[in-house]
Amino acid sequence: MAVPSAAAASPAKKGLWAWLNKRLPISEFISEQLTGYYAPKNFNIWYFFGSLALGVLVLQLVTGIFLTMFYKPGELTSFDSVEFIMREVNYGWLIRYLHSTGASAFFIVVYLHMYRALLYGSYKAPRELLWLFGMAVYLALMAEAFMGYVLPWGNMSYWGAQVIVNLFGTIPALGPPLVEWIRGDYGIADATVNRFFALHVAAIPLALLLLVALHLVALHETGSNNPDGIEIKDKLGADGKPLDGIPFHPYYTVKDVVGVGVFFVLFALVVFFVPTLGGLFLESANFEPANPLSTPEHIAPVWYFTPYYAILRAVPDQRIGALLMLLSVMAFLFLPWLDRSPVKSMRYRGWMSRTALALFTVSFVALGYLGLQPAEGLYVALARVFAVIYFLFFILMPIYTWLDPVKPVPERVSFHAH
Amino acid sequence: MRTLLAVAALSVGMLGCEAVRAAEEAAAGEAAARYGADWASWRASNDVADMPSVQRGARNFASYCMGCHSLKYEHWSRLGQDLSIPSALLIQDLLPPGDKTTDYILTSMPAADAANWFGKTPPDLSLMARARSRDYLYQFLTTFYVDPTRQTGANNLRLPVTAMPHVLSELEGLKAAVFRDVTKADGGHEQVFDHFEQLAPGRLTTAEYDGFVRDTVNFLDYVSDPSQTARRGLGLWVVLFLLVFTWLAWLVKREYWKDVH
Repeated sequence: MAVPSAAAASPAKKGLWAWLNKRLPISEFISEQLTGYYAPKNFNIWYFFGSLALGVLVLQLVTGIFLTMFYKPGELTSFDSVEFIMREVNYGWLIRYLHSTGASAFFIVVYLHMYRALLYGSYKAPRELLWLFGMAVYLALMAEAFMGYVLPWGNMSYWGAQVIVNLFGTIPALGPPLVEWIRGDYGIADATVNRFFALHVAAIPLALLLLVALHLVALHETGSNNPDGIEIKDKLGADGKPLDGIPFHPYYTVKDVVGVGVFFVLFALVVFFVPTLGGLFLESANFEPANPLSTPEHIAPVWYFTPYYAILRAVPDQRIGALLMLLSVMAFLFLPWLDRSPVKSMRYRGWMSRTALALFTVSFVALGYLGLQPAEGLYVALARVFAVIYFLFFILMPIYTWLDPVKPVPERVSFHAH
Repeated sequence: MRTLLAVAALSVGMLGCEAVRAAEEAAAGEAAARYGADWASWRASNDVADMPSVQRGARNFASYCMGCHSLKYEHWSRLGQDLSIPSALLIQDLLPPGDKTTDYILTSMPAADAANWFGKTPPDLSLMARARSRDYLYQFLTTFYVDPTRQTGANNLRLPVTAMPHVLSELEGLKAAVFRDVTKADGGHEQVFDHFEQLAPGRLTTAEYDGFVRDTVNFLDYVSDPSQTARRGLGLWVVLFLLVFTWLAWLVKREYWKDVH
């Protein structure tokens, strides 16, 4: 070793590490995607939810794998096998509660993650594709959650599946045969729970993983947005690194671990002390086995679908209701092109964009509440008002974001070291 | 640090959710509300950690409920283990003759006969405390009243026209429900529950019967989620560990971020 090689400068010097790196670009990946990936230094609390969503995804995959070891899909076996897991499998109750609480937690962090994008204009150019991949993840997650909800074969599973699957029946001409094809029977039955199991544990998780990977690749191509909505790549230092950026590792890895800790404290409080969360995370009607002869007093989906469910029920005509429900979910896809504002972040937008977002936030939460209530009287009237506001947020967006009196955006991100 | 304090505050708030659950349970039941019964104050207020009470509940179940109802998801041996009942005592006092401790807790009444006799098969009670709530069970078992128009001679405020006879009448005695006539806003009349009147005494006083029902509900609460006491015990340690872990992680983060200006 008389002549020091060029490799001596990098960590890949000798031994197993060098052997590995000759065959797999591990060092290269770490330096490009972690230690050499620059993220804006002014991330605030809203920026924890991306890594948390990834954490919950891993949790769901791991707990889900353990659940499949004892769960037996089938009209006659599903409900009993879940109770078997809850009572006879060692720590089965823990695995099951982690998985059921994880489903709701997934939506909590994903909704907050999406809301961050609305706050700081993260969907705007050049991040349109990043946003679309994110939306695809959200749609896949909705399908995953719905099918997972059917698997315990409780009475609300059964009737919830009935309501949701019948929505496809509102499609003209194609509807009725399509519904039969989805169910695999003339009603929600053994064939349905078996195919939902296949989709829930294999097909959709694979799609989810692929979409999440694409979401991350797109993110690392454009780089992260930040609360100021300034492109840090526009201001480079002498070394060619962004002046307002810091390496993702170690700065954001150590910071995200704190976020993960805080999240799991709250998560554990639910899992160990209130796993049903008063019927919000696990509904009491689902502790009765599916019964085609007994409709629950009041059918409502789990909380994460209720804003859309409230829109469905607010419309007297079922076909138009289903169409509006679909539109209310899909509307998010068009945000990058509806938003005409010259600035990204709400920090530098005017009163119009701010008021619109505030009204939308209130509507979404209110619709979520109303979707849990019976569809009668004042509840329906309110759902109609909030549904109109919900859609106006999207429809009028090109106008109010264009008219909005925006503030000047600073050259550099605002950051106060603690 | 601010975040950690916020988490601590939230933790207290989450435990308040238990209160929300109780409130929601109490708010349920529209049919009964018609009778004007004030269900919100009619709570089981049971405590599954109270082992003697759960044990008494198991005794009550074996003596009065098991003739018709099963607990098909619970083994006798599991019950003995969780309730600290020695195997010999379990076999001697609780197990039906011929049953083994490895058997599930099943009624010996044939389902088809039961359906014939009562109009429907008495439901399995393993999950009833979760499906209908503990308060519901407590309200159901304390609001039987004499009603000669019913086949069984008894009716119930919580579950009107129930098919279940008042099997505990030997303990509670017989009581009548007194309704009062109320004029509605639209001029019509309706019967609203006012109070109960004891017609004949039972073997237990009112307070003793109340305790009997609470013990039974407590037992059914345990059966509906047998690991719940262990779950809460383990949860405390998990949360404590996570708090310490998060605090250490925050110290590491603070150290690293000293370089960022």
